[in-house]
Amino acid sequence: MELRKNYFADVRKDDLHEIGQPRPRSDSPGHVTGKTAFFADRNFPGMLHLKMVRSPHHHARIRSIDTSQAEKHPGVVKVLTAKDVPHNVYTILILIQIGPEDETVLADGKVRWKGEAVVAVLAETERAAQEAAAKVKVDYEVLPAVFDMEEALKPGAPLVNEYHGQNYYLYDSGECRKVRFGDVEAGFAGADHILEQSYQSSPIEHAPTETTGCVVAPEGNDRFTCYTNTQAMFFTLDNTSIILQMPGSKLHFVGGTVGGGFGGKVDVIVEPIAILGAKLTGRPVCFIYSREEEMQISSPRAAEKVIIKDGVMKDGRIVARKVTGYTDAGAYSRHSPYGAQKGAGHYPGPYTIPNVWIDTYCVYTNRTPSSAMRGFGVTIGDFALEVQMDKLARLIGMDPLEFRFINAYRDGDMKAHRQPTEGAALIECMQEASRAANWPVAEKFMAMSSYRKGA
Amino acid sequence: MAKVPVQFTLNGSEKAEFIDSGTTLLNALRDKIGDTSPKGGCHQGTCGACSVIIDGELRLSCLTLAETCNRAAITTTSGLAEGGVLHPLQRAFLDTFATQCGFCTPGMIMAAKVLLDHTPDPSRDEVVEALSGNICRCTGYEPIIQAVLTAARANSQNAA
Repeated sequence: MELRKNYFADVRKDDLHEIGQPRPRSDSPGHVTGKTAFFADRNFPGMLHLKMVRSPHHHARIRSIDTSQAEKHPGVVKVLTAKDVPHNVYTILILIQIGPEDETVLADGKVRWKGEAVVAVLAETERAAQEAAAKVKVDYEVLPAVFDMEEALKPGAPLVNEYHGQNYYLYDSGECRKVRFGDVEAGFAGADHILEQSYQSSPIEHAPTETTGCVVAPEGNDRFTCYTNTQAMFFTLDNTSIILQMPGSKLHFVGGTVGGGFGGKVDVIVEPIAILGAKLTGRPVCFIYSREEEMQISSPRAAEKVIIKDGVMKDGRIVARKVTGYTDAGAYSRHSPYGAQKGAGHYPGPYTIPNVWIDTYCVYTNRTPSSAMRGFGVTIGDFALEVQMDKLARLIGMDPLEFRFINAYRDGDMKAHRQPTEGAALIECMQEASRAANWPVAEKFMAMSSYRKGA
Repeated sequence: MAKVPVQFTLNGSEKAEFIDSGTTLLNALRDKIGDTSPKGGCHQGTCGACSVIIDGELRLSCLTLAETCNRAAITTTSGLAEGGVLHPLQRAFLDTFATQCGFCTPGMIMAAKVLLDHTPDPSRDEVVEALSGNICRCTGYEPIIQAVLTAARANSQNAA
């Protein structure tokens, strides 16, 4: 690998020795010898297996739950319902004061998506737990459901989540996250061309090779060790502490080995109920998603819809950008209000645009709750933005890469959220990319720099 | 549930267990014998993470009943290193950065071993074909293919 030192030669520090040097990963000897301990590789004598009874409906009121037949099933040790969970309504980001708490650990009175956890069955074997789960009788009154974001936002749409009171997340800035910069209407009025396009995506499942789960062992001193493949150890620890109303000192989480995650293992779903099971039975508990559950129950990347309207001049300058973004949170918040907010910050793109107007909505529907996945909130946005950039370049008959050079942000430029640009290096990346791709651009662009003295 | 006796060799050592009839080889190896190197990814024969070698053939241990393995010779990834020395495949997976999360790795190595046992000097296409039953979601297949080709070269150099 070639390390180019001509960029930023007068400001760079050259005392770094790691980049470009191979370093062995500390965990790979364990991987190639099969000795790496994933959570499911822990096996404890007397371990119980937890299986979830899940909602077959997208939206329904629970009239009654009858667990009597399940409790009599051979091998069943404990059956848990909402009333067993000390603090049953939670939300992950409450840890950073982002509420309201809007999701139930086990459904209480209502289910809001197909697959929602209703009853947990703990049994001596996986098979007994499965058979007993099938014997739990839940009487549902099916309610009208909404699956489309625009439908959900219409007046009179079925209310998905009572903890919000409306089918969108209420930010402190109102019904959406907003960015306002310059005068976007004046920008459009003065533009040579205007292009408005809409883009949308489907939910995307992470499909890790190792499914989500945990193994919990009671330590006998009222302390519980939880071996988990969570990607968010302290979110999980602290949320579990809230849900179970137990001090964090009673909870010992062991993790760090994750068999694929891609963001799909940041939600706090399996640990609280498994620890509760261990606490109420005094026995080790294993709760692991089947492949079917992993694909249908775990939170996908949100479906998004993005409408971008740009005003552009014949010389290539973008003079106005208006974006409306919709993020489909599904039935519960999890990390989606944050994803939609990231979109608001991202839609100006790495470009300097004098007039920007952005609204992003986090919308509730009766679909599987979406959550984190690899740059969630910005990757679909980037796809939309860069397709839009190509369309704009085509509209004014300009080379798409040269068009980006004209609009690229450079050090000292004011961004739409009123943060001055620092350390951009976008120009330099595009110069390298044009060389690597054999995509020639005019000499004046190759002479540009992101770095401006005094900026 | 009826218990059935089953006896086989695992990585060269004799094993004898009474297991519940219907237990998969994957569960028998992991839960009864304590060899957790085969991983359960899908339990339906599509991901390849549970691959083991039974009498020289690549098999999915999640779809193989333990009771059908009587008197078989079973090899898993945990038995490949001999005397603390890594097998050339293990060495190559390390050197070519062919593991990331590591969950698919034991199954990949088993699939690769069967290939090299039958075809010591495979073409790239043959490697791709041999690994086609094993799903990786994070390393990416290219380093894994390179690892197998590297191990094959190391083998042929040793032979020569």
